[in-house]
Amino acid sequence: MSQDIYIVVEHLRGQVADISYVMLAAARELSKGTGGNVVAVLLGHEAQSLAGNLAADKVLYIDHPALADFSSDAYQKVLSVLISKEQPRVTLFGSTSIGTDIASVLSIRLGFPLVSSCRSFSTDGKFVSQICGGKIMAEGELPSPTALVTMVPGGYKPEQGQSAQAPAVTQVESPVLDALRVSLAKYIEPEAGDIDIAKEPILIAVGRGIQNQDNLELANSLAEALGGVVCGSRPVIDQGWLATSRLVGKSGKHVKPKIYLAMGISGAPEHTEAITDSDTIIAINTDPKAPIFNIAKYGTESDIFDLVEVLTNKVKEAKGG
Amino acid sequence: MPERVDFWGIPNTWGSPAIYVYTLMFLAAIILAVRFYLRARLWWRVGRREANWDNLHVRIGRLIKYAIVQTKVLGQRYPGVMHVAMAWAFFVFFLGTGLATIDSHFYKILVGTPYLLHKLVMDSFTVVFVIGAGMAVYRRFIQRPRRLTLSSGFTWSLILVILIVLGGLLTESLRLAVEKPAWAWWSPVGWLMAKIWISTGASDSTLTAWHLGAWIAHLLIVAATLITLPVGTLLHILTGPINVFFSKLDQPTGRLAPIPTNAKGEPIYASTLRGLTWKQLLEGDACTECGRCQEACPAFAAGKPLNPKQVILAVREALRQDGMSLLVKDKEPAILVGEKIKDEELWSCTTCGACVRECPVLIEHVDAIVDMRRYLVNDGRVDAELQDALSNLGRYGNSFGQSERMRAKWTQSIQPPIKDVRKEAVEYLWFVGDYASYHSALTNITLKTAQVFQKAGVNFGILYDGERNSGNDVRRVGEEGLFELLTEKNIATMAKCEYRAIITTDPHSYNTLKNEYSANGNHQQVLHYTELLDQLITAGKLQLNTRQGIKVTYHDPCYLGRYNGVYDAPRRVIEATGCELVEMPRHRERTFCCGAGGGRIWMEEKSDNKERPAEIRVREAADLPGVSTLVTACPKDLVMFRDAVKTAGLEGKIIVKDLIELVGETLESNEVTG
Amino acid sequence: MNVAVLVKLVPDLVEELTVDASGVALDTAWLRLIINEFDDHAIEQGVLLKERSGCQLTIVAPDVEGVDDLLFTASAKGADKLIKIKGDFNGVNNHALARAAAAVIKELHPDLVITGVQANNDLDGSVGPLLAECLGMPYVGYVSGITLSEGKSRARKEYPGGLIAEMDVILPAVLGIQAAEQPPRYVAVSKVRQVMKTASIEEQSAPALEPSGGPTIGRMFQPEAAAHATMITGSADEVATKLVGIFKELGVL
Repeated sequence: MSQDIYIVVEHLRGQVADISYVMLAAARELSKGTGGNVVAVLLGHEAQSLAGNLAADKVLYIDHPALADFSSDAYQKVLSVLISKEQPRVTLFGSTSIGTDIASVLSIRLGFPLVSSCRSFSTDGKFVSQICGGKIMAEGELPSPTALVTMVPGGYKPEQGQSAQAPAVTQVESPVLDALRVSLAKYIEPEAGDIDIAKEPILIAVGRGIQNQDNLELANSLAEALGGVVCGSRPVIDQGWLATSRLVGKSGKHVKPKIYLAMGISGAPEHTEAITDSDTIIAINTDPKAPIFNIAKYGTESDIFDLVEVLTNKVKEAKGG
Repeated sequence: MPERVDFWGIPNTWGSPAIYVYTLMFLAAIILAVRFYLRARLWWRVGRREANWDNLHVRIGRLIKYAIVQTKVLGQRYPGVMHVAMAWAFFVFFLGTGLATIDSHFYKILVGTPYLLHKLVMDSFTVVFVIGAGMAVYRRFIQRPRRLTLSSGFTWSLILVILIVLGGLLTESLRLAVEKPAWAWWSPVGWLMAKIWISTGASDSTLTAWHLGAWIAHLLIVAATLITLPVGTLLHILTGPINVFFSKLDQPTGRLAPIPTNAKGEPIYASTLRGLTWKQLLEGDACTECGRCQEACPAFAAGKPLNPKQVILAVREALRQDGMSLLVKDKEPAILVGEKIKDEELWSCTTCGACVRECPVLIEHVDAIVDMRRYLVNDGRVDAELQDALSNLGRYGNSFGQSERMRAKWTQSIQPPIKDVRKEAVEYLWFVGDYASYHSALTNITLKTAQVFQKAGVNFGILYDGERNSGNDVRRVGEEGLFELLTEKNIATMAKCEYRAIITTDPHSYNTLKNEYSANGNHQQVLHYTELLDQLITAGKLQLNTRQGIKVTYHDPCYLGRYNGVYDAPRRVIEATGCELVEMPRHRERTFCCGAGGGRIWMEEKSDNKERPAEIRVREAADLPGVSTLVTACPKDLVMFRDAVKTAGLEGKIIVKDLIELVGETLESNEVTG
Repeated sequence: MNVAVLVKLVPDLVEELTVDASGVALDTAWLRLIINEFDDHAIEQGVLLKERSGCQLTIVAPDVEGVDDLLFTASAKGADKLIKIKGDFNGVNNHALARAAAAVIKELHPDLVITGVQANNDLDGSVGPLLAECLGMPYVGYVSGITLSEGKSRARKEYPGGLIAEMDVILPAVLGIQAAEQPPRYVAVSKVRQVMKTASIEEQSAPALEPSGGPTIGRMFQPEAAAHATMITGSADEVATKLVGIFKELGVL
């Protein structure tokens, strides 16, 4: 048992995911209270270089060919051995398609309590989780003596989890990883050819609130007038109204435009986590309680149908004049 | 003394000509009857049962009105005169020939003046016929309107009837040319033609021989016409009147029948011919292909995939293809919906009822379309937006997907607060409706409605979060189960309330509350708010002293006007505000749908470059000289038209107002000036 | 082949959510429970699998208000068997639900269990991986497509940026559904009502609910609008004018 805080580093195809730095930042905050070390746990194959800028006190690196690509089964095996042996005070996972595949399993397997959707830690070490699409926060003591936590982005800046100085790396022996029940067959690349919304400076984003495909026209004309590009949240993509390449959110693109104009987007965490790097977020939503207003710089409760057309005309005027 | 001569000039060489004539006619009639039976039996052998024998006197009345006088046909001048001229001429020829038969075999009546009158009438109608036929030829070969089916079948029928009449005329004229009776002028056309024959200098025996030839040809053409009638386009002479006789008797389209069930209590869906009623199969055969429905249809006008005429003809075509095999074997019929009638056609219908209103033989297109939609809904074949709307309606009781607790949010600013009908008795229960309650662009108008009611001292209340969507359009989408669910909830809530009558904002709610809720023995008075305003003004409770003095036009909402006949109340209210009402070309029962009805407002509107029904309509209003305002009395119209004014680029030319806004403004200026 | 779908109900976010007097739970007086939308996708995926491969499809759900409607709706869509787990599931955490469901699902001898990848009220991890471990099965989440073959499934797992990883997963397994291969279908109300007359819901009691493994909530609250947006009010025209001003300020106009 220790007061150390472990974070499980997430990486995909040679890139450390931003959530890893967010977790490191959180762990640094938390460690001020607990007093333990911040330990980054890196699983991979010939991936030691990824440890380079992690703001951790030390890095435990486990190398195995079976860890070259993410396999929930392999990660669970490695981590259950490591965590049950070291029993850190807290282990942080991303609330992502990698972290959620393993944290819950370890909770049952090891009997360690799990807190999910944690956004931040209070100064006295309590977890603060967001549920109900960001409309409700739940706070509580971190379960002791050991706790597992999955983290959503938004509470900490990734830069706080990066360090110019390479941390010390300790290689840890991997347990036997044979007869894995989950393995990668192949990657399917996202459809190429379309605009890369991650690189666009002006994004007009549409969500469930636009109600029908026709209203997408409103967004299109505004985007055209502003010289921007239309993107959308999950429901719009699922309806087939926009191509998958235009999806902003957890399983879509993370974007960082100058202006992110969110129309009819309520601001569920799955979406907002991917837009926090935007310079200016402007939200249009008739629901004054929509969580999107908590991250937007400007907001209006105007109705999209009334506003957007007027706005488009005014933008055209401004450009013309 | 003038007297009719039987079989003038027909030789008796091989026995009495009467024997040949009657044998031939009898055989032709038998063939006609058998052929017609073979066709007609498919209706009841393939189609579902439906009782249509009640209220015989009303049915006979309709038969006279629509099949004989043909009031609907006459609704359009050119084709009306054209058809009626030919049809009435044939009625007269038929009666005249009948009279002649009676005269020769039973009772001598065609002697002296009656005979001369008989000749005159028959001859005059020949002229009438020639006018009609001439118009038909011109229409079919020169005008060629898009709505007509320009197939050879109709040309053939037209040739046959023209030949029959010309044959009769020719026979008569040849007889007159030989006989030269003193009363020949009583057959003016025949006699004029006879003079031509006389002028040729042909001998009497030559003319008599020609007469014999013409007579035989005339006889054979009549026989041929009778024999081919059940398989040609003239079949409508029989099926049209039959269809009129068996037509639905309640309000034209205001009350739909529930989904039928089989002996085991399982629902029957209209996916194949077997799912349609025998009457709906008859409709296929009754269609005259005149295309009036097509011309009136807003979906067709906007380039949508629907053509009501083609839907009905698809049923005919399917029965023609499959009908016989369905009789022989107990085989499953081919799929109709999705194959011969495509999903998109059915979903394009706004259920506005214009087609039903126009149909000269009273075909009920909308009922058939809704029946087929019910099958699609049951099969889960709805578009994503409609699915969202239906899911929301099921879960929240409104299509907006908002909490029922938000339904009365618009009342927050109103003082004194609106009564809750569930808690206190009122005179009027105001059924506000989804759009008026939730739509951000409409709640202001709803508020104004409440204020006008309050000013007029109306004792009213609303159901607050107890109200659910009335279900009118849910039913017309084909989601019958959801309609039942919504009505059950509304009826249960209203049953606990005390009130004298219901008022509605939305004509759609009005229709179902009035015509369909009452189907469960739940009779109550339902008023549209325009009717209430009209009553209040008449009773002096609402005084509109100032006069607006502008020119406005009024759009009749389909479900208020065409469905329920409320045309005058809103017009009287407009008059009371001091506006000058200018009618659009299409008004009252001819009103042109905004495109939102029948659940269309919840469905995807494919963005093509065609003009939408609402755009066509606002253009119609904007084209009226001097008219600045389009007034309507339906929340859905308001949403559609206001949008259409923008998309059609008519901003500044015309504005769209709800009637209540007009009244509200008049009241306000009352206060200012008074 | 047996496929089981575990479904749960969650607070409807359309309703205004408030915290009750205890300060640690949602006020149930105003709470409406609806199917977790990811579970709805899981049911759709199950029905698609059944249509493709003719598997036996069982829907399992805890007994809370509204569950019967949910189960009958699933049946109308094509599910073969409906199971309601008896017990007091109000306010119960996912650890307890997963253990109870595992006891019931184990008896079905499923080849594949699917469930929604997450739910809006998850506070102790999502149900899928908890269930997988209780059943001793492998788990893959964020799945948006499944192909079944002998003893194996291939799952399309979604990664950020639109990247898809095709994962081979040995059966039996649990998969967490992000999205079904097509949006959940509509099922007519009359069809559900018809099913209510014919289909039956099997009730199974679970062993005592065991919630250990989840956190204890000390306080529940609505997020303070600490960093709330500057709200622009007025008519559409006024708002548009102000927005254009902001665009200019930001240098995009």
